[in-house]
Amino acid sequence: MPKTIAEINENIRKGKAVVVTAEEVIGIVEKKGVEKAAKEVDVVTTGTFGPMCSSGAFLNLGHTAPRMKIGGGKATLNDVPVYTGIAAVDVYLGATAMPDDDPRNKNYPGSFDYGGGHVIEDLVAGKDIKLVATTYGTDCYPRKKIETLINLKDINEATLFNPRNAYQNYNIAVNLSDKTIYTYMGVLKRNLGNVNYSTSGQLSPLFNDPYYLTIGVGTKIFLGGGIGYVSWYGTQHNPSALRSDNGVPRRGAGTLAVIGDLKQMKPEWLVGTSMVGYGSTLTVGIGIPIPVLSEEILSYTAVKDEDIFAPIIDYSEVYPQRKPDILGEVSYAELKSGKIEVMGKEVPTASLSSYYKATQIANTLKEWINKGDFQLTEAVASLPGTEDGVNLKPLNDRPIE
Amino acid sequence: MTVSKRLVLHFPRKLVDQPILCRLARDYNIDFNILKASVTPNEEGVLVVELSGEESNYNKGNEYLAQTGVAIQPLSKDVVRDEEKCIHCGSCVVLCTGGALSVERPTMKVNFDHTKCIACEICVRSCPSRAMEIRF
Repeated sequence: MPKTIAEINENIRKGKAVVVTAEEVIGIVEKKGVEKAAKEVDVVTTGTFGPMCSSGAFLNLGHTAPRMKIGGGKATLNDVPVYTGIAAVDVYLGATAMPDDDPRNKNYPGSFDYGGGHVIEDLVAGKDIKLVATTYGTDCYPRKKIETLINLKDINEATLFNPRNAYQNYNIAVNLSDKTIYTYMGVLKRNLGNVNYSTSGQLSPLFNDPYYLTIGVGTKIFLGGGIGYVSWYGTQHNPSALRSDNGVPRRGAGTLAVIGDLKQMKPEWLVGTSMVGYGSTLTVGIGIPIPVLSEEILSYTAVKDEDIFAPIIDYSEVYPQRKPDILGEVSYAELKSGKIEVMGKEVPTASLSSYYKATQIANTLKEWINKGDFQLTEAVASLPGTEDGVNLKPLNDRPIE
Repeated sequence: MTVSKRLVLHFPRKLVDQPILCRLARDYNIDFNILKASVTPNEEGVLVVELSGEESNYNKGNEYLAQTGVAIQPLSKDVVRDEEKCIHCGSCVVLCTGGALSVERPTMKVNFDHTKCIACEICVRSCPSRAMEIRF
């Protein structure tokens, strides 16, 4: 102690690395203490599997003959519009995009059965996808229309690039109104009918490295069932959020932007999902290995659900109106028990993020490392931390003169 | 001829405090067996019942039920789970009226007990990965 990533990688190569999940490390630390556990354990694996709207993929479709400048035109994949405001045959397929003729919430609550997240899942599953595009002609790109099938294996690049994933903590949603509401936090029954939350708690990557000591730009990760990397800090990254004495944020805090080759990912870990009355999205599987470089880092990975707290927020009035009030805080241990008390009432809890699948991700990553298939990387830049003065800003309207 | 059918009865809020099944039994000589009940004051109620009786009585009883404003749905639909599609998030558990969907602790795996399902279908649209399907 302290170890280096190079030493840990040497152990991985020799098949001698001691790798445990963020769930398993809790018991090890309880039994052996931080000092001994930090000497023994090389890597702690984490996992999360939840709906992450800020996700999407850059696709390079390849050039037709004659050539066509889809860039600046209009294009859809399985009727879902993609962003074309880049080069001739590059497009960005966003997780929440939906077909123009989707009725949205006209038949409230809308169903949102098929959107960008579903196209990504279908692409990764190897299904043929219908591309329709129209544009203007130029001297070098004369073609104006195309309707064809494409397949992930035939296009040039397919890069999953998610601007905000793996939120470090999240609101707990309830509904104080007298009618059912349909939110991105799921269906919330009236009069405090249920409580919905969405993190994998003690298994979640950023809860296990609360000050971003090891997770940084360039960190190699499990992404969508394949290999990916942390490419930057995520949008809305807010390291200045309120924290407990153990360093763990009590509010939504850090986020990650992640990137990886879609062609080696798996549909089991990139699932198109539909939130009734809200929209469609992509449920993303992410697992991050944490190298045990010091006793301090190890002690952070031993965080338990009972030591992680999140705020209870009313989604009928407080959240939509961006009011600051919270109804209290509870721990993930309480949330996972199946019921919590809110305003004197016992309310059943549900999760949108799958702890069961997050466990599978942490175990898969552990297996990859144990087999020597996955080595750790050194971060090339740190994420903004608590001292960097990065805050979450609202958008306040200004009149246009 | 005796008729016996399994039905899902949806009671609007205004009917929850009325002795409808009691009248059904007394006035129409229909036997009822409550398979599942979810009735709370000031809320909508759902009853899954097996009704049996002589055919003409059964039909008259059914008419009475319909007149009261109770929505009647035959329990001929079946809700099934596509095991491959289920992502085990658990968002269905708090919505399930029959208690058929539950979380196994500590793994947090979501289990579906088909025998407890009353085919209310609330899980079908609310399931983010659309793992719950109706079979007729």
